[in-house]
Amino acid sequence: MSTTTQDAPVEQAGPDEEETNYLNHETSIWSWLTTKDHKRIGVLYCISLAVVFLVAGVLALLMRAELSGSGQTLMGNDTYNQVFTMHGILMVFLFLVPSIPAILGNFVLPLQIGAKDVAFPRLNLASWYVYLAGAAFTITALLTGGVDTGWTFYTPYSASTGGGVLWMTSAIFVAGFANIFTGLNFIVTIHKMRAPGMTWNRLPLFVWGMYATSIVQVLATPVIGITMVLLILEQTLQIGIFDPALGGDPVLFQHFFWFYSHPAVYIMILPAFGILSELIATFSRSRIFGYRAIALSSVAIAMLGFLVWGHHMFVSGQSAISSIVFSLITYLIGIPSGIKVFNWVATLYKGSIWLQTPMLYALGFLFMFTIGGFTGIMVGVLSVDVHLHDTYYVVGHFHYVMMGGSVVALLGGMHYWWPKITGRMYNETLGKIAAGLVFVGFNLTFFPQLVLGARGMPRRYANYAERFAGLHQLSTVGSQILGLGLFLILGYALWSLAYGEKAPANPWGATTLEWTNTTAVPIHHNFERIPLVTRGPYDFHLADEVFGGGDGEALSDDVPQIPDPAPSAPSETDPTESAGV
Amino acid sequence: MGDFWLPEAASTMAPKIDSLFTFVNVVSGVLLVGVVTAMLWFMYRYRRQDPAERPSPVKESKLLEISWIVIPTILVLLVFNWGFKSFVAQKTIPDNAYEIQVQARSWGWSFEYPNGVTTDTLYVPADEPVKTTMSSQDVIHSFYVPAFRVKQDVLPNRYTSVWFEATKEGAYDLFCTEYCGRNHSEMDAEVKVVSRARFDEWLESAGTPDDIPLPKLGEKLYTQQGCQGCHSLDGSEMVGPSWKGLYGKTEHKMADGSTVTADANYLRESILQSGAKVVDGYQNVMPSYASLSEREVSGLVEFIKEQSDKELSEE
Repeated sequence: MSTTTQDAPVEQAGPDEEETNYLNHETSIWSWLTTKDHKRIGVLYCISLAVVFLVAGVLALLMRAELSGSGQTLMGNDTYNQVFTMHGILMVFLFLVPSIPAILGNFVLPLQIGAKDVAFPRLNLASWYVYLAGAAFTITALLTGGVDTGWTFYTPYSASTGGGVLWMTSAIFVAGFANIFTGLNFIVTIHKMRAPGMTWNRLPLFVWGMYATSIVQVLATPVIGITMVLLILEQTLQIGIFDPALGGDPVLFQHFFWFYSHPAVYIMILPAFGILSELIATFSRSRIFGYRAIALSSVAIAMLGFLVWGHHMFVSGQSAISSIVFSLITYLIGIPSGIKVFNWVATLYKGSIWLQTPMLYALGFLFMFTIGGFTGIMVGVLSVDVHLHDTYYVVGHFHYVMMGGSVVALLGGMHYWWPKITGRMYNETLGKIAAGLVFVGFNLTFFPQLVLGARGMPRRYANYAERFAGLHQLSTVGSQILGLGLFLILGYALWSLAYGEKAPANPWGATTLEWTNTTAVPIHHNFERIPLVTRGPYDFHLADEVFGGGDGEALSDDVPQIPDPAPSAPSETDPTESAGV
Repeated sequence: MGDFWLPEAASTMAPKIDSLFTFVNVVSGVLLVGVVTAMLWFMYRYRRQDPAERPSPVKESKLLEISWIVIPTILVLLVFNWGFKSFVAQKTIPDNAYEIQVQARSWGWSFEYPNGVTTDTLYVPADEPVKTTMSSQDVIHSFYVPAFRVKQDVLPNRYTSVWFEATKEGAYDLFCTEYCGRNHSEMDAEVKVVSRARFDEWLESAGTPDDIPLPKLGEKLYTQQGCQGCHSLDGSEMVGPSWKGLYGKTEHKMADGSTVTADANYLRESILQSGAKVVDGYQNVMPSYASLSEREVSGLVEFIKEQSDKELSEE
């Protein structure tokens, strides 16, 4: 693009456009496949995860199509069972768990703390390759007969069904290491590589969210790895661990499985909390209300998240005493989540609210995550859960958290950082239309599922009683609207890559380092000079470098503005000194 | 609101669960409306009118922050306590409960009464506590009767129990709610609640007298033991081979390539050691029925024989 005419240098952001950036300083495929640049690795992950999300999403649409009638409509029971299993496995293990940390965490986190890269760039690249290895195992599992166990692999069913179960569990074992690598990298990066002046209280909340997530990733992921290895050992060496036919205990498997898979819920939602804080602050141009409460509640949730796995097992046959204890702790975790929602709403108060697409996702998140939270309170009630467990109510609840929460936040974050990642703007009108379709489609899909479940519709049913048909059809229509919205996003995102308007360095008037101290597309080493941080991440009233001398002149017209960089650190300062642990 | 959300309530426990469900729903609804209203109002009231706007920071309010920690804490502890109490009631089985043995297998249920009667429909007396003692012959299943608001996983390696006291006569659904493979969604049964008098009458007549002819005994077992879940009588394809014209078949192809003649001994072996010979084109999923008595096995074999005789007489 730099070889085209250069006759209008003034309108376009001047010499900046011709300068090299992380996208064009090397362009060969090889340079991408061997890159140690956190930004490029984020992009690689983005492409891989988009493919997984597309496949798993299409599977979901097929499932909903099958469920549009009470009997067999599109596929037989065996196919349906494989489809919902693969939807779950792909979405949870290969999309949601890595999604926000691997894409946006990788891209944004070092920029936000003023670092040149993550602490271990090679490990970061290894993470992506390990993830690909996990994906290859998954494809092998599909070629060797597929998996029909549900994403939970409950024994003894998973031991008896055959097919690709062992390949699939190996895939999860392998892909887990990709997450551990990312988590480890982020913890060390956040501790050791913050720019001078970037104290813990000045960390953007996205970084706090990533920090809490990383702790969970590093501590919990090994447990699922061990569980999967035990499952494989049991079946290959016939050692009795979970299979009662060999003298094992199937409920033990459930304990092991949920010991990881409940914290995994927080691996999925904590980064979403982080994104949400960035969006709400930037688009209401006000300081996050209760910054400390939001930061520390993420850490509290990460810790408490390890102590509630038994609430998936109220009717499994575990002792009543453990169910009671798990229920109580589950409620404690609801409180920090509530605090966050209240704080975000309070941040809007007396702000200057700009309803761009990312903000629409953020506000949609507040609505849907709140429903996800309240339905979580409902299924945490011991006696009510006996009725709701393993029904569509649970399916509705976790989709409100996982999709209405995590995925919607990811979509918001992708729109927000899209200009920084690609250097292009997306189409704002189409963006708003798609956000509307996603919101309407999502709620139409999943709210009827809450009602279905409360009325007694069990989950994982290929066929169902006729009286449930109406709500199922409503849900199917919703899924199609949701699908339409998501395909629209895919369409205009690809369009924007080629034809999108060139993005200015700070299109939203944000005040965190990735916007204030980098060029429109960041250079290979992120910053010309290491930034010196002199204010909090959302101190809009102090951010004169963005708003120009306090009267807002820099934003008063539509000319893409290049902010004066914030003061950089004096060269004699050792960055590690003031950024110590 | 309960009527919209919840199914018919037909046990003593159901109204207790329902009132708690409704309470949580209403409180959640009120809070959700509050959050959304505040959000929408702020969205409108503080919408950006000039791109250069820079509002001055809002002072944080300690009181506000403390109040939205303390009030939700009180609410959730209230809900926990309520749920805890009703959970204890759910878990405490009355001493005088009438006991029914429940056997789960892929993919069907059988219910055995104290006098030895075994059925595939769960008959229970109304207004009396009933306790189920449950176990599974293969994988984990789950016993769920939405109208009674009870659910309990059924495990292969130990007994689990639920109890309920049905309050309304009628027929209700029983679902399997732990995913168990191909026909998980077909693994249902009917629960029939009848008065004590009619229950006694039924129990008396449903007994299998010793002098019933063998084919008739087989016919009863065909439904009681859940054979009909996998084996058709009209030749249609199901999980297992149809019994139509099975008996007497020569050159009956097995999965390992060998062929057998489907005689009485072959059938007997297939019932007692179901995995010994697997028919070509089918999976080895049938549980063993070694618990059947000698006479019952003979009854089933005779019944299967009849299916071939019928075919001959039709021709």
